[in-house]
Amino acid sequence: MNSNTTRPTLEQAIRSFTGGKQVIDGRVKFQISPLVENGNAVPVTVEVDSPMTAENHVRRIALFNEKNPQADVAIFHLGPRAGRAKVSTRIRLATSQAVVALAETSDGGFWSSKANVVVTLAACIEDVSQA
Amino acid sequence: MTRALVNVPKTAKRGEVIEIRAMIQHVMETGYREGPNGVMIPRHIIKRFVCKYGGEEIFSAELFPAIAANPFLSFSAVASESGTITFEWTDDKGETQTASADITVT
Repeated sequence: MNSNTTRPTLEQAIRSFTGGKQVIDGRVKFQISPLVENGNAVPVTVEVDSPMTAENHVRRIALFNEKNPQADVAIFHLGPRAGRAKVSTRIRLATSQAVVALAETSDGGFWSSKANVVVTLAACIEDVSQA
Repeated sequence: MTRALVNVPKTAKRGEVIEIRAMIQHVMETGYREGPNGVMIPRHIIKRFVCKYGGEEIFSAELFPAIAANPFLSFSAVASESGTITFEWTDDKGETQTASADITVT
């Protein structure tokens, strides 16, 4: 495994995104299956409750994981022209862990939602010695 | 690079929120895997995705190795005027791939 490289913890990764600002639990709807068979492609959808107007919209949506070799998953940049603060993609999960979705609104607030996912077949790392 | 698939409705009513989907063929090699010879396979990922509507950026993404191979993204946009929606993917070797779709707004 990759124990020679230390990754930031989930909390550190979140702090580097928010700049240490307070994160409130809510407004973010995080759709991810609680049990996935294949960690190589896990569908996720993040939807943030926002009117998406010029005055009040979601600026960024970020995804972070707890136990992959790297904490970052993706950062999406949105604006009022998006119309709806909803993003879907497919991610990799190396093992069973927590995944956090964060949203930064145009007023500078941070909102989040956390999900715990059990992975039965991991991604990223193929360790032949354990086979 | 390789094949890119984008999905944009051909027509929309003005002000309607449309769904846009984009996918590109790419290994998204994490850089955390060992090859058969025990040597790490070097990282090769798409780092950035940008979508522009009528020349103005409406959505972009920074991607990391935790994004699955053949990155798929779905997001939305307000159908504001008839025009072209362009897509651009850039990988960590600096290679870019583009795609575009036209939309008619009534």
